[in-house]
Amino acid sequence: MVPESYYVGLSAILFSLGVLGVLVRRNPLVIFMSIEMMLNAANLALVAFGQRHNTPEGQVLVFFVMCVAAAEVAVGLAIIVVIFRLRQRLSVDDLSTMRW
Amino acid sequence: MAVFTFAILAVLVVGSAVGLLLKRNPIHAALFLVLNLASVAGLYLTMRAEFLATAQVIVYAGAIAVLFVFAIMVLIPGKVETGPDPLLGQRSVAALLVAVFLVLSVLTLRSAALKGAGPGAHVPGGVEAVGRLLFTDYLFPFEVTSFLLLAAIVGVLTLAKRKA
Repeated sequence: MVPESYYVGLSAILFSLGVLGVLVRRNPLVIFMSIEMMLNAANLALVAFGQRHNTPEGQVLVFFVMCVAAAEVAVGLAIIVVIFRLRQRLSVDDLSTMRW
Repeated sequence: MAVFTFAILAVLVVGSAVGLLLKRNPIHAALFLVLNLASVAGLYLTMRAEFLATAQVIVYAGAIAVLFVFAIMVLIPGKVETGPDPLLGQRSVAALLVAVFLVLSVLTLRSAALKGAGPGAHVPGGVEAVGRLLFTDYLFPFEVTSFLLLAAIVGVLTLAKRKA
């Protein structure tokens, strides 16, 4: 068996790459994808810690995270589409004002 | 053999994440995201979390990836990131911050209770084990999840129907 610390280390790397994507990219869709990657990294760590403590409760938590991620993607993409309809541009640098 | 499988999947996960960061075309980024999510599903399989691996493929690599591709098709933002970045100087700062974050998290994890060998026992990860927990100890969060999904549906419909 591969030790759990390998999985947790991989999840740390994946989470950092997601943070980098959120900070560096300008397309809101790609920023969203990076957020999904960060959620996945957290899921991976949850499952690994569950293995470590010999319980499937970590996997139940991952199930809930998946549900929240699905809801978040649906609402977030709808918001992005509405913003694009209003502004006709799609770069986070253009969205610095909070008014219509 | 298990380490070999883990190494291949880890390279796939990290490589697809880097590809997502580097590709300018959002469609390519979405395809890299699918590869990333599928590799994570493989990692779940190596941890014997069969139910999660299946759910990952269905929910993430299936539904969420399709949503992303649909959004890209609707928006056609193929050329949003061309041209010079007005905040180019902040990129190196971002990379530095992320490096510091990675070092800090690795240090924290090294000090956490992950030393030595784990119990090594096979944690049940099939539908039966997860479902038993979901419908007994975690019944209330499970019901709250259904409400959350309903709220998401209503919210998306409201956003989609409003006049721009």
